[in-house]
Amino acid sequence: MSLRTPLARVRGLGSAKDGTMHWWMQRVTAVLLAPLSIWLLFCALPMFGAGYADARVWLAQPLNAFLTLTLVLTVIYHALLGVQVVIEDYFHERWLEVTLLTAIRLIAFLAALATSLAIVRIAVGG
Amino acid sequence: MSVQRPLSPFMLGSYYRPQLTSVLSILHRITGLILCLGAVALIAWISTLASGPDAYAGFQVFAQGIGGKTLLVASVFSLSYHLGNGIRHLFWDAGKGFDLKSAYASGYAVMVFALVFSAIVLVLLKGGL
Repeated sequence: MSLRTPLARVRGLGSAKDGTMHWWMQRVTAVLLAPLSIWLLFCALPMFGAGYADARVWLAQPLNAFLTLTLVLTVIYHALLGVQVVIEDYFHERWLEVTLLTAIRLIAFLAALATSLAIVRIAVGG
Repeated sequence: MSVQRPLSPFMLGSYYRPQLTSVLSILHRITGLILCLGAVALIAWISTLASGPDAYAGFQVFAQGIGGKTLLVASVFSLSYHLGNGIRHLFWDAGKGFDLKSAYASGYAVMVFALVFSAIVLVLLKGGL
C-alpha cells in the first residue's frame, strides 16, 4: 500500500530510493580520499612542474600509477556526488536540472575513461 | 508547476545573519567546486603526459602562467580546508561534536589547520621546484 497522495504520485515526486547509497558512498570515498590527498600534496604535486621525461618515468612506476589512478577515479566519483547535490539545490527549472545532471555524469564517465587509458598507456610504456 | 515553499539558496541574503558555522558550511561547498577545477588540471597533466612532449609543453605553459599558479594556490588551500572540514563532517556523522561549543571549537581549528597546512605545502613545493 502506498501512503503517497494520488497527486504526488502523478507528479512523480517522493523518494527515489537511492538517497542512502548516495550519502554512504560520499563518506566511503571521503575516507579513501583523506590519505590519498596527503599523498597527492606531498608526492604527486611536486611532479606537476617536472620535465616530460622525468614525469613519464615517475608515473610509469607501478605504485605511482596505481595511486594516481585510484585517486583520480575516487575524486571523479566523489565530485560527481557533490556536484549533483549542488545542481539539485540551486537549479529549480526541471529541464535544466535534468540536463545538467545528465551532463555531469557524461563528463565524469569520459574523464574516468580518458584518465584510465592515459595512465595505462604510460604505465605499460606505450 | 508553481512552488510555494522557500527554494535554496534562501539561507543567503538578508534573512539569516552570517555565522562562523554557516560561513564554513558554504565554504565547504565552494572549495569542493574549486577542487573540481583542480581535478580538471590533474587530468590534463596526466592526459598531456600520455599524448606526447608537445602536448605536455602546452600544459606547462598553462601551469607556469598566472592562471595556472592561481589555480594551484586556490586548489591547495581548498584541498586543505575541504580535508579538514570533511573530517569534521565525519565526526558529526558519527554523532560527535554537535553541541555549539564543540562546533565552534572545531570550526576555528579547521580554519587554522587549512591556513597552516596549505602554507606548509606551498612553501615545500616552491623549495622543491
